[in-house]
Amino acid sequence: MSLKLFELLLKASLYTIGISLISILIGFAIAILLSGAMLSGRKFFSAPAQIFISFFRGVPLLVQLLLIYNLLPVIGINVPSIVAAIVGLSLCTAAYQAENLRGGFASVPRGLIESAEMVGFTPGQAFRRIKVPIALRLTFPALVNEAILILKASSLVSVVGIVELTRMAQDLAGSTFLPLEIFASAGLIYLVINLVVARAGGLIERSLPGIPR
Amino acid sequence: MIFDVNVIFDQLPAILRGAGVTILLWIAATIGGAFFGFLVAVGRRYGGRLVNLPLGFCVEILRGTPFLIQIFLLYYGGPFIGLALDPVPAGLMGLTVYGAAYYSEIFRSGFAAIPVGHIEAAQCVGLTQGQIIRRILLPEMTMLVLPPSVNMAVIILKETAILSIITVPELTLTVSAIGSQQYAFVESLFLLALIYWALVEAAGRLGHLAETRLSRYRFSQS
Repeated sequence: MSLKLFELLLKASLYTIGISLISILIGFAIAILLSGAMLSGRKFFSAPAQIFISFFRGVPLLVQLLLIYNLLPVIGINVPSIVAAIVGLSLCTAAYQAENLRGGFASVPRGLIESAEMVGFTPGQAFRRIKVPIALRLTFPALVNEAILILKASSLVSVVGIVELTRMAQDLAGSTFLPLEIFASAGLIYLVINLVVARAGGLIERSLPGIPR
Repeated sequence: MIFDVNVIFDQLPAILRGAGVTILLWIAATIGGAFFGFLVAVGRRYGGRLVNLPLGFCVEILRGTPFLIQIFLLYYGGPFIGLALDPVPAGLMGLTVYGAAYYSEIFRSGFAAIPVGHIEAAQCVGLTQGQIIRRILLPEMTMLVLPPSVNMAVIILKETAILSIITVPELTLTVSAIGSQQYAFVESLFLLALIYWALVEAAGRLGHLAETRLSRYRFSQS
């Protein structure tokens, strides 16, 4: 297997990284809304959020991607397939991230909020200055984990025709008859990306302030 | 958009066959994955460094790469090393190995979480090694590993959909093939999503039921 092929795989992996990163960020924004709806205590908001989360966690991502890819044109939204892929990945990761955030907010120690209010924080300030930062701190490891899951799951957008790492590997394996070398190299690239993300996440986590109890 | 459900329901027998393949693959891969995962975990704990390091290396590779890449490597790369498998055996083998990697980590943390005091206490009252494993380690570990094991079983159920890409005739392949024959792609994909949703919800409920039933075996920590 020549260096040229490996270079093509590396270039394609930039798409994998880009698609995953954008999806995680959009998913995070949606997850904030979802977890807010779930914690609002009002059925009107929490019930639809619950159904959304249950659906996107209960259906294989492959099926979600195929559904969104085929559904969008039918309901009159014509977008490039890369947009459909990012929409699919974002909605899926939003459901998982919302569960994480909900758990994080639920496990902020009650005493911290009470003492903040005791020293004169308004409820709004206590939420902004105490609850949100601690919840985010608590859920950071889960976020890193989710990033790795999405990097791996992004291989599925190859089925809607996006030439990211997996699709490039498939195309090259077909044209060169070197499936062993090419899929192993693609796997190695995924492995390195994930190791870097895990290591970076660990370093960032250690530099964050500790969790008060 | 005309949402015609009838075109789908005419194909019910084929859909049920696909669902049957999915469920069989799921059960076989989950049981196989848990079994081999247990062996790997035991090997890594008691086998010394020479066993622990290479097994740990394999587990890391399997957990760090997408399942789709693993299955492509096995299905398209296999014939080049004398491992030419049909789609179904290749899919089952790939899914089992993938599941085993994750299950081995679940069991490993299960072993590690059993308090040493429990084992020492059992030794003090005169239990043999075999009794300790049967009477202390296994029941305590079952409670600890059950929730993540149920979780993993659900993940494996969802991963079976990926096997459609290497033409395993399971639910996703069957239903999307019907969809393209009948020009009812969106309807069939909706149905597909609903079937998976129902299966996953049912599996999750069953898991919770098992957890509550077995919770009387739960030991207090420390």
